[in-house]
Amino acid sequence: MNAPLMAGEVAAGSTPVGPVLHVRDLVKSYDGPVILRSVSFSAYAGVSLAVIGANGSGKSTLLKCLIRLTDPTSGQIEMLGQDVGALGPRALRRFRSRIGVVWQKHNLVPRLSALSNVLHGVQARMSGPRSWWQWAAPAEVRAEAMACLGRVGLADKALQRVDSLSGGQQQRVAIARMLMQRPEIVLADEPDASLDPQSGEDVMRLLSDLARQDGLTLIVISHRLEHTMAFSDRIIGLAGGQITLDVPTAQADPVKLRRFFDKPPE
Amino acid sequence: MTQAIPAPPRFRHRTLTEYAVILVVIALVLTSVANTAPSLDKLERGVARLFAPSGFLMQMFPPDFSRVEHIAWKLVETLQMAVAGAALGLIFAVPFAILATDRLSPHPAVKIVARGLIAFFRTVPDLVWAIFFIIVVGLGPAAGVLALMIDKIGFAGRFFAEAMEEADTGPQDALRAIGASRMGIIFSAVFPACLPSFTATSLFALEKSVRGSAALGLVGAGGIGVDLKVAFDLFNYDEALTIILMMLVLVVAVEQASSWIRAKLI
Ligand SMILES: Nc1ncnc2c1ncn2[C@@H]1O[C@H](COP(=O)(O)OP(=O)(O)OP(=O)(O)O)[C@@H](O)[C@H]1O
Ligand SMILES: [Mg+2]
Repeated sequence: MNAPLMAGEVAAGSTPVGPVLHVRDLVKSYDGPVILRSVSFSAYAGVSLAVIGANGSGKSTLLKCLIRLTDPTSGQIEMLGQDVGALGPRALRRFRSRIGVVWQKHNLVPRLSALSNVLHGVQARMSGPRSWWQWAAPAEVRAEAMACLGRVGLADKALQRVDSLSGGQQQRVAIARMLMQRPEIVLADEPDASLDPQSGEDVMRLLSDLARQDGLTLIVISHRLEHTMAFSDRIIGLAGGQITLDVPTAQADPVKLRRFFDKPPE
Repeated sequence: MTQAIPAPPRFRHRTLTEYAVILVVIALVLTSVANTAPSLDKLERGVARLFAPSGFLMQMFPPDFSRVEHIAWKLVETLQMAVAGAALGLIFAVPFAILATDRLSPHPAVKIVARGLIAFFRTVPDLVWAIFFIIVVGLGPAAGVLALMIDKIGFAGRFFAEAMEEADTGPQDALRAIGASRMGIIFSAVFPACLPSFTATSLFALEKSVRGSAALGLVGAGGIGVDLKVAFDLFNYDEALTIILMMLVLVVAVEQASSWIRAKLI
């Protein structure tokens, strides 16, 4: 990529550095209709970016394009200094290992313990049997996994099977697995969507606190206005396959944001 | 008075093609029976011989238990063949099954070959495999074990592959998204999820192996079947009955144990 990167405006309270993610003219269609028409935006190091948009507007598709879980039809994605579209299979794997993802569904392995699931995060930088199950892992890896569980407040549940935990606890285990990965950027796709309002808010707060503590860039799809306002530094809104809104959260007008949400909160 | 509701016609109207198909099926059954089934008088004479004083059934009773210790040891050998064949078959079934799945196979061509081999192993009866391996390794239990092994690769390979295809893909995708290796995904996400199903299949394979191992001796591939054949050849029908009864006990015992374990696990 030879075009100079634009230095965008940066939210108050964060260190002004260049974008860690720069998306230009991203187009995506699955066989039929065009989902993303022309998406362009940037994300800055240590800044928490909320992506909002109505149901089916293509938020998840956008997130998947960023790490090539689905291939974009056209457009430029530059993330962590790499041209994502040009990565070969090996380079793509190395690149993905630097990006943490928290999904709407926790996607944990149900029959394994919380500790084993957290430990799987180490597979981003380590392979072989010692990264597969907690009982086979080296002491320092187990210790790090325990520390990650501790950060999400679940150290006492380490050996419990994850399918015996509550939804909120499962999502926190998934966050601990993401931490174990030592990511540089975190993508989150409605991590609170399948939880009750209180657990959902706890998970969003935890994620945003952890990102702040570690200086991580957080890109989070949000489906609740109050979460968007509370847990982001900057907001981009997706409508009609384009980014039609891009404002620092501090300057955002909640009334204008409403059209990006399906059910306006009362 | 309630109005009479007309009943529907007894038979649906059929097309000419349907009549033709029915006629062909009837003709097929009739000619097959005429050509191969025993004639009535042949059956009559056979049954009479069976019950004659010097006949098979009369000679079987009372069963001859004089060589019960020898038979018991041969039964142990048969069980060992069954266990060895099932164990080897199950171990090799795992890689075959992985290569035969849509999601885990490294290449579609590899998948087609693996599926073809599994189907081939399953379709050829284990007695035929036994004859083949007698040519390769000579008479005796080794040929039987190899035959049971191939048969079990065909049996378990198919069910293992189905279990892996049915496993929730979320955890696998989550690991793939952080750059985990194929082996890492298989061992830390796929196998743990499939464990109950793998266990059930393995127990079925053992049962099938025990049932199959008794017959293998008839073609000389080791085990109790050898003694059964000798007993028949020497007209020792009373000893043959002992062998059959003891085989029955073994098979029923293994089936009972296996279903007890399955019930415990699921
Ligand atoms: N794999 C796929 N194949 C075909 N169409 C797809 C696929 N994934 C998503 N779509 C379609 O793309 C559109 C956008 O989907 P996407 O999941 O990105 O929306 P979203 O904004 O995340 O919606 P939600 O708020 O419901 O999560 C939808 O119309 C959807 O049907
Ligand atoms: Mg979505």
